[in-house]
Amino acid sequence: MFRNQYDTDVTTWSPAGRLFQVEYAMEAVKQGSAAIGLRSKTHVVLASVNKASSELSSHQKKIFKVDDHIGVAIAGLTADGRVLSRYMRNECINYSYTYESPLPVGRLVVQLADKAQVCTQRSWKRPYGVGLLVGGLDESGAHLYYNCPSGNYFEYQAFAIGSRSQAAKTYLERKFESFMDSSREDLIKDALFALRETLQGEKMTSSICTISILGAGEAFHVLDQETVQRLINEFEVVGEEPPANEAAAPDAEAAAPGAAEGAAPDQGAAPMDI
Amino acid sequence: MMNLADSAPATNNMLGSEADSQRTLYPYVTGTSVIGIKYKDGLLFAADMGGSYGSTLRYKSVERLKSVGKHSVIGASGEISDFQEIMRYLDELILFDNMWDDGNSLGPKEVHNYLTRVMYNRRNKFNPLWNSLVLGGIKNGKKYLGTVSMIGVHYEDDHVATGFGNHLARPILRDEWHENLTYEEGVKLLEKCMRVLLYRDRSAVNKLQIAKITEEGFTVSEPYSLKTSWDFNAFKNPTLDAEGSW
Repeated sequence: MFRNQYDTDVTTWSPAGRLFQVEYAMEAVKQGSAAIGLRSKTHVVLASVNKASSELSSHQKKIFKVDDHIGVAIAGLTADGRVLSRYMRNECINYSYTYESPLPVGRLVVQLADKAQVCTQRSWKRPYGVGLLVGGLDESGAHLYYNCPSGNYFEYQAFAIGSRSQAAKTYLERKFESFMDSSREDLIKDALFALRETLQGEKMTSSICTISILGAGEAFHVLDQETVQRLINEFEVVGEEPPANEAAAPDAEAAAPGAAEGAAPDQGAAPMDI
Repeated sequence: MMNLADSAPATNNMLGSEADSQRTLYPYVTGTSVIGIKYKDGLLFAADMGGSYGSTLRYKSVERLKSVGKHSVIGASGEISDFQEIMRYLDELILFDNMWDDGNSLGPKEVHNYLTRVMYNRRNKFNPLWNSLVLGGIKNGKKYLGTVSMIGVHYEDDHVATGFGNHLARPILRDEWHENLTYEEGVKLLEKCMRVLLYRDRSAVNKLQIAKITEEGFTVSEPYSLKTSWDFNAFKNPTLDAEGSW
């Protein structure tokens, strides 16, 4: 993407029918650190990679509770993400107050999308530079949505956004057909595996990732560090073998080099000759 | 120096400017009791079709039981024009709910709470909707029955009533209501309550409707009348002990 004479205002079309400012906003999402979402019939898991700007600073918060039954993970300009999270929380609280009932997540994402669209059609505004993975419950079960800066929204079985999200998407594309009937534990494991793909060799520890879950009968909450570390240790020790019910074992072995260091101590030792 | 004559408002602003005359002061055409009960397959409601103009029983075909969306029923007592206004609010609420076209819908609990907010907020502005409402319905197998008053008092129960119904019908229901009433038993119970109200409430008229809501939907009966018996000894020769009366 190069600079051109049609990219100054969000309200200027290019001759090819593109709004460059909106597309640039979507670039901002791709630069942010990864966020992943997956869902089953009853649960939604949202996970993110926490990048700290330096060793001295704390990690940025990228996952927000919107209500007991809705959570959001963001990628891109986290400041924009915080503002939108506050809007979502407000909408949920107002709906609950009036109707004594949780706001269906499908309606919240439409409101969010319409809010984003406004910023693509006012010359004095700019698009929100953040992509949101919204997970929540509805009358019809658990749902995962992705909201774009463009004002579009899509429903997904599983999705990943941010930098190196393609690696996670490749993993999810292999496995997503089984997610609908996944158990809660398997869903979390798959989220961790997908997250690991985006780390591309970096050591996976609980300080670098955040996992959150919500489900029917389980309010949205972020898993604490010990739990996450324990889950990571479980599959690192086993030697990056995905859960037993997985049929694509050969593919998993191909992905092994990415986290070889975890298993190296076992495989590196040669059998004693004497 | 401050001109003291200007500092105090001429009218008591709590009541709104008297020149407005846009707030409810007293009711004009009113409906009397509504009764609602839960039964085995859903909910049953009863209300007569009277619209009183003070002490005159002026209108005798007023429908006081209406359906709200697919899952709920509302029954109103009090000012009829305010009930018609409430129906406009509810019809608009349901319309927007349907326009989402997304498989989610407002159930009776949501409608009840919405109405509670409306009634309470109006009361706080000293411009109430002069009604006592019964709101009930069934959604995904869950039965719901509640009531809201003109000042925003609201609660749920297995059987509710408005106005005189609270004093004459609910004691009967407390004794005779149970969870597994059949449709026939429910109707008989409601008719028993309505008959007492007919004898004892002077705003009651002998023309009533029974409404039913189940998972299948809403139905309201054609208007009909209750049989009454005035053949009691106490009503015969009423002036026997009151020489000079007529």
